[in-house]
Amino acid sequence: MRYTGTAVALHWLTACLIVCGFAVGLWMTGLAFGPQKLRWHAYHKWIGISVFLLTALRMTWRWRHPPPPQVPLPEWQRRAAAATHILLYALMFLIPLSGWTYSSATGVSVVYLGLFPLPDLVAKDKTLAAVLKAVHGTLNYTLLALVIVHVGAALKHHIVDRDGVLARMLPSWPRA
Amino acid sequence: MKPFRSFIPSLAVMLMAASGGSGAQGVLIDRSEIRFVSKQTGGTVEGKFRKWKANVDFRPKEPARSRAEFEIELGSIDLASEETESEVRRSLWFDTAKFPVARFASSAVKDLGGDRYEIAGRLSIKGTTKDIVIPVVLKKDAAGNSVAQGQFTLNRLDFKVGEGLWADTATVANEVAVRIRMVLPPVE
Repeated sequence: MRYTGTAVALHWLTACLIVCGFAVGLWMTGLAFGPQKLRWHAYHKWIGISVFLLTALRMTWRWRHPPPPQVPLPEWQRRAAAATHILLYALMFLIPLSGWTYSSATGVSVVYLGLFPLPDLVAKDKTLAAVLKAVHGTLNYTLLALVIVHVGAALKHHIVDRDGVLARMLPSWPRA
Repeated sequence: MKPFRSFIPSLAVMLMAASGGSGAQGVLIDRSEIRFVSKQTGGTVEGKFRKWKANVDFRPKEPARSRAEFEIELGSIDLASEETESEVRRSLWFDTAKFPVARFASSAVKDLGGDRYEIAGRLSIKGTTKDIVIPVVLKKDAAGNSVAQGQFTLNRLDFKVGEGLWADTATVANEVAVRIRMVLPPVE
């Protein structure tokens, strides 16, 4: 049993955006202050908002199309997998939200793709901005840790257990 | 609550009655502000100046004798972050080391009727002086203070604010909306 094509596409699209968003986020903070830095901040925000929207879409899809039944697993692994997935979903909402709120707190509004102005979530407030910056960073490193667990578990299933768990989420090109 | 509420208008009347005469008004700085909104990669960026001085002699009945002068300490800019604030103090932007203050001095005040006025004057920023016109709406607050609110668009490149690599208006727009709110106590 595989995930639906839509679920697979949404998963990998989100995965790509998260990797890009994370990399851009790390890189842009080190740039010298200049127009380039401001532009990359804008792109970073667009990536984050995209992840937020895709996650909302994905959860709606998941609710309508439940994932394939689980392969038999030891109880602790089943629980760990469920917890990781819940946390990943939570972070895919919370990280963009914390970034968006942080941007609002610095007095910079977010215009998605340069076309759609998003409302400011909080008023300009430097103290709050400093807190939100730290929160945004911490949530991202938490996500990094969870992604490592997630990828590690997927590879363990594929290479060690050989139970087809990873294959359920791979694009459905012809397979043996 | 009710008796207290009815007390407030009468206090206002007393304050207004106490006013009269004429002379330069001290602007109530704490309740006044000079803010601006600029556009950065499509989004709006809010900011304000923390330190400025104003010398306003506003005479609604005698606009010709009214005056308004401002001195804004550009280094007191309040922006998104320390990083952006220190950037705009540098030479490509305000160059506050050489040009610490922006000045505005009115040359003519026109009564447009209906509590609307037009203040024409000269604005100097970073060694460049330009004629500008600030439309102002005047209102009275409950305490009898006059609240003047004005807004005008300033093109930052006219004053060489944001030169060189910052001159590209796709990242930071040329137009900056400046919003002024002045609270003037009743004239003593």
